[in-house]
Amino acid sequence: MARTEPKKDVVIVGLGWTGSIAGIELAQEGLDIVALERGHDQSTVPDFQYPQQIDELKYGVRLKMMQKPSQQTLTVRRSGDETALPYRSLGSFLPGNGVGGAGTHWNGLNWRPMPEELRLRSYVAENWGEDIIPEGMNLGDYPVSYDELEPFFTRFEKVAGISGKAGNLNGEIQEGGNPFEGWRSEEFPMPPHRATWDSQKFGEAASAMGYHPFTASAGIASTSYTNPYGMQMGPCNFCGFCERFGCYQYSKSSPQTAILGALKQYPNFEYRTNSEVLKVETAADGKTATGVTYWDEAAQEEVFQPADIVILSSYQLNNVHLMLLSGIGGPVYDPVTGDGVLGKNYAYQMNGGVSLFFEDEHFNPFVGHGANGIALDDFAINQNDFGALGFIGGSYWRSGTFNGQPIRNMPLPSGTPSWGAGWKEGIGRWYGHAMSIGSHGSHMAYANNHLDLDPTYTDRHGRPLMRMTFNWQDNDLRMNQYMKSKMEPLAASMNPDSMQSGFKDVGAQYDVRPYQTTHNTGGHSMSETAREGSVNRYSQAWDKHNVFVMGAGNFVQNTQYNPTGLVGGLAYHTVNAIRTQYLSNPRPLV
Amino acid sequence: MKTFLRILAGLVLVGVIALLAFIFVPVQRTQPATELAADWQPAEGQGKMVLDAGDCVACHTSDEGKSLAGGRAVASPMGTIWSTNITPDDDTGIGTWSYADFRAAMIDGVAPNGTHLYPAMPYENYRLMTEEDMRALYDYLMTEVEPVSEPNKETALPFPFNQRWGIRAWKWLALTHDAGFAPAGASDAQDRGQYLVESLGHCGACHTPRNAFMAQDGVTAAEDSFLTGGVVGGWNAPALRGDAAGIKDWTVSELADYLATGRNAHSAANGEMSLVIEHSLQKLPDSDNIAIAAYLKGMDGDAVDLPETLAAAGPTATPEAEADDAGADTAEMLVSADPGMPLGARLYSDNCLGCHFASGKGAPGIFPELQGNSLVVGSEVSPLISVILNGAELPATEKRPMTLRMQGYADRLSDDEIAELATWLRGAWGNDAGPVAAADVADVRSGDSTH
Repeated sequence: MARTEPKKDVVIVGLGWTGSIAGIELAQEGLDIVALERGHDQSTVPDFQYPQQIDELKYGVRLKMMQKPSQQTLTVRRSGDETALPYRSLGSFLPGNGVGGAGTHWNGLNWRPMPEELRLRSYVAENWGEDIIPEGMNLGDYPVSYDELEPFFTRFEKVAGISGKAGNLNGEIQEGGNPFEGWRSEEFPMPPHRATWDSQKFGEAASAMGYHPFTASAGIASTSYTNPYGMQMGPCNFCGFCERFGCYQYSKSSPQTAILGALKQYPNFEYRTNSEVLKVETAADGKTATGVTYWDEAAQEEVFQPADIVILSSYQLNNVHLMLLSGIGGPVYDPVTGDGVLGKNYAYQMNGGVSLFFEDEHFNPFVGHGANGIALDDFAINQNDFGALGFIGGSYWRSGTFNGQPIRNMPLPSGTPSWGAGWKEGIGRWYGHAMSIGSHGSHMAYANNHLDLDPTYTDRHGRPLMRMTFNWQDNDLRMNQYMKSKMEPLAASMNPDSMQSGFKDVGAQYDVRPYQTTHNTGGHSMSETAREGSVNRYSQAWDKHNVFVMGAGNFVQNTQYNPTGLVGGLAYHTVNAIRTQYLSNPRPLV
Repeated sequence: MKTFLRILAGLVLVGVIALLAFIFVPVQRTQPATELAADWQPAEGQGKMVLDAGDCVACHTSDEGKSLAGGRAVASPMGTIWSTNITPDDDTGIGTWSYADFRAAMIDGVAPNGTHLYPAMPYENYRLMTEEDMRALYDYLMTEVEPVSEPNKETALPFPFNQRWGIRAWKWLALTHDAGFAPAGASDAQDRGQYLVESLGHCGACHTPRNAFMAQDGVTAAEDSFLTGGVVGGWNAPALRGDAAGIKDWTVSELADYLATGRNAHSAANGEMSLVIEHSLQKLPDSDNIAIAAYLKGMDGDAVDLPETLAAAGPTATPEAEADDAGADTAEMLVSADPGMPLGARLYSDNCLGCHFASGKGAPGIFPELQGNSLVVGSEVSPLISVILNGAELPATEKRPMTLRMQGYADRLSDDEIAELATWLRGAWGNDAGPVAAADVADVRSGDSTH
């Protein structure tokens, strides 16, 4: 150990959304805090500034904002029979890098889970009996309810600056909102966005079929906005450079627009970049952590940072990896025996969609934003009859242009040549004439999808890589096929010149190469008892009471929505518990 | 003939004696109108408030230096003047100054050794301070500030400005007003605002034009030229009263927001004003910024409503404004996206419209309005050019902790293009200001301009 830093009250590992939330809420308590960030510092200007940011090749294709596999990666296999190999070229999911983390390069799709999703095992048992739960599915209840989390969802939405229209205000269904959502104590902090032409067409077709379309909620500012910390957003100009990009317009919800400037005002807070945490150190009695060891890239040395409270707020994959390396979060899960908890309940997302081509329509795909669109929840988890349908799950649908970037967004009718003169002709004929409808579906946790340490491969610090064992499961694939069977008639009702579907079917194997989604969840899941998960209802490690673990790794199974809203709500729930219960008397809170 | 020479010699002698007397006979210090009791104590926090409101830190601290230890270069038309160490260090600061010494510097512009201070030190305005604030500030500097040993840099202006006795002559012309503050009596809040504006805040030092002798052409609201706009270092300090005032369409509340946070529904602070906000105004109590705003809006007799708070915590969602009548034609042209638009409008569409919108109204609190913006339509064009070339940064303030930066376009637009764009901006949405030449842009780009 080359160096030991003076002790802090709190060390935060990873300065993205949840690290920033923990930082500012605990800084308000007067605690002495240091945040350690593996990546570089970054601000709207100069790092995301116009026009340099509007570079699809650099950011969209070459993934300038993402974690580099040489920096950190994991190995992947589809089953225990395969040998996992390193994820050397980013494809299926894109972990972020640098201050702000994935909160800088997301699309801004901010959703709350449905109340039923947080008590899904009980919901299933009450309505259809536990017998319908397929063999090998780890269906669980979250140890915290929607009602308990509601104030924290609201808090996060105010901080992050979310636009939308409430569909359920304190139980009263509201015109224009999502009638199937969980209750909200308040209206969204910003009004919903205006609709682009494709989403209008979709909304009209959906209404005609008796569905309940509404404007999707968005972590994209629809007006000028000032949040409770005094931080600001500017109204979005629909430039369409959201996912994989930082927002040059101060329009996208991010730690940069919502928290960091306010956090930096606190003299009791500091952050160190290019500081990668290697291990959480534990006390001799094993009941607490003593701090973290990190790699100081500038000094090229290991540093011990002692602290009374350790907050793990890096990306889900990195949190689980760090816990595996540090012996925090309980015994490692074994899929053969079913024993152990850490690495269990890894889940993902099951998505599909339909592309529609209209020779005579002009969709101007370059006008849009990452959370643009009209959505519907008529096939959501709380709308589906699992017993009759033969699966547990659901999805939300959405249609709205999100970018017209030329390299990656040139949808062409099937049969169009993929190169040469025929391709050029196809581009000329179809660019701007296509729209799509997406299905964003739930993904359950299963006995054989899990995370552990790889026996072979190591990272640049000599630590074992984490190993992901993951494959699609029939339950979710059946759900996906059901969405196809419902979405195609709706698409056809819009009378496109042609349409084509992309829905994985039963038998599909997980392919780590094409991008799917960066919604990796579970692995240090929360639980009612220490026997079932790694952390309790306050995201406090069952086995080390001064370690709190943020993020989607807490999920029991994934919801049908993008995870950020639940991640943000849980983070505020956790820091509230630290502030009101833990600081005055540090102990296991459950 | 002989008699004539004798008379002439006599006159020369009298002149020389008078001159010598002028140079060497000490100035009579202005005595306080009210003597405070020796055991008088300032209210809690009063000294710090005076220090903040007077913005002492901004000039008396260098970029890398310790607070109040001096060493900042203050540009003047005569050359660089170095601010001095005002920490209570005995050797290099003001540790040996008596209260009377301190008071004389603040009110008469004279150091204890009789040296006349350059009027870069705004004693024209501090002259109006109350005796209580003067004492509070002195006590604060002497007891609350850590002494710093930091020798002063010698200010060396060229002849004749290095002849400090000349400042004595200048003071005959400039310090014609009585010391002490005379409230106009509009309301308690407006009187407080008047005091902060005229005296501690020394707003007139920039916002009042200078007369032929480089003195402020008026130091109180009673004088017509007071706060009708000045030019400082190539930047317009805009008029704060009259029809030319950019703030004439702002509400008291909006103006108070601007003072406390550097931003409001219309505009964002820039240049020297952003330093004033960062170092001084954001630290004042809300009631003082509201008072200043109320005074400025009501100084020519208009009735004012006092807001109770300013820059309230969010969440607050404010839609951007649509184009108004004056800006409708420009907005319509921009939205038409006609390729035949003038080059300036096309450059605006490609580079500026995303934030400032076709309306030219920007977005409240974050992207400044360009229609009627004093920086856009000012007599001085180098600030506008500078912002386009180099961008701008609005500092974090307590109530609005976001550092807002606009990126520069120096690497993207040529001198000709920036001249086209700036010229177009100065005529768009009803703006009515003269053109900008490519040579002006070249000067700013190369650093030859005053800015």
